[in-house]
Amino acid sequence: MRGVLLVAGKEIREGMRNRWVLAATLLLAALALTLTFLGAAPAGRVGASALDVVVVSLSSLSVFLLPLIALLISHDAIVGEMERGTMLLLLSYPLARWQVVLGKFLGHLAILAVATILGYGAAALALALTGPAIAPASWQAFALMIGSSVLLGAAFVALGYLVSALVRDRGTAAGIAVGLWLLMVLIWDMALLGLLVADQGESVTAGMLDLLLLLNPTDAYRLFNLAGLADVRMLSGMAALAGNSALSAPVLLAALVGWALVPLLAAAAVFARREL
Amino acid sequence: MKADLPLIGLEGVAKRYGAVEAVRDVSFSLPAGARVALVGHNGAGKTTLMKLMLGLIRPSAGRLHVLGQDPAEGAAETRRRLGWLPENVTFNPALTGRELLCFFARLKGEPVSGADALLERVGLGAASRRRVGGYSKGMRQRLGLAQALLGSPRALLLDEPTTGLDPEVRQGLYSMLSDLAEGGTTVLLSSHALEELEGQVERVVILDHGSVVADGTVAELRRLARLPIRLRLTLAGEEAPEWFGPAGAMRQPGPGLFEVSCTPEAKMELLRQATGDRRIADLDLLPPTLDELYSHFLRLRQEAAR
Repeated sequence: MRGVLLVAGKEIREGMRNRWVLAATLLLAALALTLTFLGAAPAGRVGASALDVVVVSLSSLSVFLLPLIALLISHDAIVGEMERGTMLLLLSYPLARWQVVLGKFLGHLAILAVATILGYGAAALALALTGPAIAPASWQAFALMIGSSVLLGAAFVALGYLVSALVRDRGTAAGIAVGLWLLMVLIWDMALLGLLVADQGESVTAGMLDLLLLLNPTDAYRLFNLAGLADVRMLSGMAALAGNSALSAPVLLAALVGWALVPLLAAAAVFARREL
Repeated sequence: MKADLPLIGLEGVAKRYGAVEAVRDVSFSLPAGARVALVGHNGAGKTTLMKLMLGLIRPSAGRLHVLGQDPAEGAAETRRRLGWLPENVTFNPALTGRELLCFFARLKGEPVSGADALLERVGLGAASRRRVGGYSKGMRQRLGLAQALLGSPRALLLDEPTTGLDPEVRQGLYSMLSDLAEGGTTVLLSSHALEELEGQVERVVILDHGSVVADGTVAELRRLARLPIRLRLTLAGEEAPEWFGPAGAMRQPGPGLFEVSCTPEAKMELLRQATGDRRIADLDLLPPTLDELYSHFLRLRQEAAR
């Protein structure tokens, strides 16, 4: 475990030195603050809690942004160090390959968590300071949104590692990462929608739809945040979908955790077998 | 571990990458405190052999043991007592030299104070708080050396350790290596610069296309090769002594300078004649250099292959 923590610590230090932490935090904070104050105007008239509106808009943002940031920092993690030659020296030390993968994962996860908590936290803080009192239920929804956002990031960090462990050069890893992002974030939902429209409810059952949604971590995340919590559901327009779905919040969270763990284990297994 | 057991032993080791045979049927053993050079052109298999000894790759055939263990098992205790300097060592440019060395020290379970002492020892004390991205090639090489020396290793594997080093630092490195060898550390280094290995290692292993062509002390290799010894003579006057022999065995590198070649057996006879002759003002004895030995053994092998 000592080796894992040492690698994680080094990764965090590099992230701070490379300004990755700073850039990601500033980006998330800037977007979150913009959305918060743009969204605050209409919310006043509808009478919805301002923080609930923020949860809806920020989770829609996270679905695009966090996978992108996660893939950016992770696709290079293994193949990049192999190409630069730093990995070989590291592996000549008393350190197993799975320890390297797990250590890097914890380090990158910490970077993402800090950026998300600070960036989105800034928006919530600004709202709490300027607006009326916020109900505890809204705070809970907000906290769950941040936690699940970090989980979403973890899933894409793990996917990035799997790509990084499989390919031979960095360019390929970057290409596959971009493709993965397009598929998971944009194409999947469009394809799903297309399927539903074409099918006209003939053969695609609710159970099948649930399964298809769980097969993509971004959909699990979206459902969890937009449909899982009663007050937010009304705002997000996801009530109809959530009503038909058998997916409860714990199932969706479990799906996200699975999306982080399975690719991570696969990446460690592939890397362990890789010829140096 | 038994004292007489060599620290590193290879028996019939081979490594194939697809159709390419990087190393074939290599056997040698290195006792404690030995200073050995691995010599060969690029792609001769030097780096592959070191990776095998470190357990980074597994042999296709044969057996290895390093510090009494099979290195491919990756035992932490074995790795803690091994130091490796890779060829063209690279580090993450965002971190400082000290941060990196402390990280490596902690990985080996060594105190951080040892890292500071090593930075001073390789002459990076003043630069230790600067980022490695701004280091020169020689500074990176010295940082690589420092990490190899962490944790007083029992065996040191140095891949081209002197590339990019100033002559002064290079001499410092060799004297450090001889101190370590006296303390019982086995030092295996690979090099292109054969002339600088002269007197710094006691044994040379010559590799060619993945197999061992020659293995022995420099003196043994000289005896085996039977290469001519050259005697460089400076004349006092104009006249060349008649005992110089046939003109074919003689070279004239400069005015008043003559080089005479002879077999190892004829050397003493020639020396007696030269020292007894008043027409000779000065003489230098030039035994075959490692470079010449190396090309001789490679030639032998190519002839045998034909």
